[in-house]
Amino acid sequence: MYARDEDILKAAEDWRKAGRGVAVATVVETWGSAPRPVGSNLVIDNDGNFLGSVSGGCVEGAVVTEAIDVIDSGKPKMLEFGVADEAAWQVGLSCGGTIRVYVEKVS
Amino acid sequence: MQLDILHAINEDRAARRVVVVVTNVDNGAQRLVRAGDIANDPLRDTIEKRVRMAKSGMEETADGRVFLTVHVPSPRLVITGAVHISQALAPIAALLGYDVTIVDPRTAFASIERFPDVKVIAEWPDVALPPLNIDRYTAFVALTHDPKIDDPALKHALARDCFYIGALGSRKTHAKRVARLKEAGLTDLDIARIHAPIGIDIGAISPPEIAVSIMAEITLRLRVKQEKAEAA
Repeated sequence: MYARDEDILKAAEDWRKAGRGVAVATVVETWGSAPRPVGSNLVIDNDGNFLGSVSGGCVEGAVVTEAIDVIDSGKPKMLEFGVADEAAWQVGLSCGGTIRVYVEKVS
Repeated sequence: MQLDILHAINEDRAARRVVVVVTNVDNGAQRLVRAGDIANDPLRDTIEKRVRMAKSGMEETADGRVFLTVHVPSPRLVITGAVHISQALAPIAALLGYDVTIVDPRTAFASIERFPDVKVIAEWPDVALPPLNIDRYTAFVALTHDPKIDDPALKHALARDCFYIGALGSRKTHAKRVARLKEAGLTDLDIARIHAPIGIDIGAISPPEIAVSIMAEITLRLRVKQEKAEAA
């Protein structure tokens, strides 16, 4: 089980060494009520497998999609998620806060 | 992130060493700052403060916005004495995120009935302590009042540079302890590192109140710069 951050980063290393494309997403800033603290990690591989979390499950799907782009391009990205508005399909945080997530490729 | 940086982070974390990753989020540049390099780093003041608070976060610098990922070992608490204070201290410390171990060779004290959820080792300190690999992210507390148990454990905690070392006992008891430790070859500097009387003076009377005062002193030592902590 990968319950803790150190295990998540270990998994990222193991995945990369096994030849998989890997990205690490990190919560770098939060405003208002945010589900996961600054420093929380999500690791993603090029097939969309992921471990860890950057929110309570609200935006992980979007982060995974963006991470696959980052793995392809090699260029890091800064993502920002705010409160979900009335458009039900738009990803966002129901808790009302805003988070910024930095996504980088493990090269 | 380069794979070699990720590998180094994982190695340092596994070995319970401090490591900080500095990532420029504007241009993607990244560097690793290991414990021994902090003093020479351009961001040393910020890094030192963040390491002390174990807090990752964003900083504005002349070179752009940087994110500091701070990895510090999780703190541990090692106690000699499966006594009444320990029964209160262990759960309080666990709440604060400490990994708690109690060492007491007296099996009647170190029983599972008295400590249902705590790691208790019913062995003498010279047997129990070395395998624990206690380090500077460990707080050590001597609570038995028995020199045969507390003294060797205190010497071990001093040698391992625990960030907090405290010993229970009145000023008179502590004076006797100091005499014994000096006899055993410890320096004044070593002995000055032992907090005795233990805990912050909050007028604690009951074992749980004493546990609160000890935990407050440990927190002060963990979070506040040494000079400030001494002034408090």
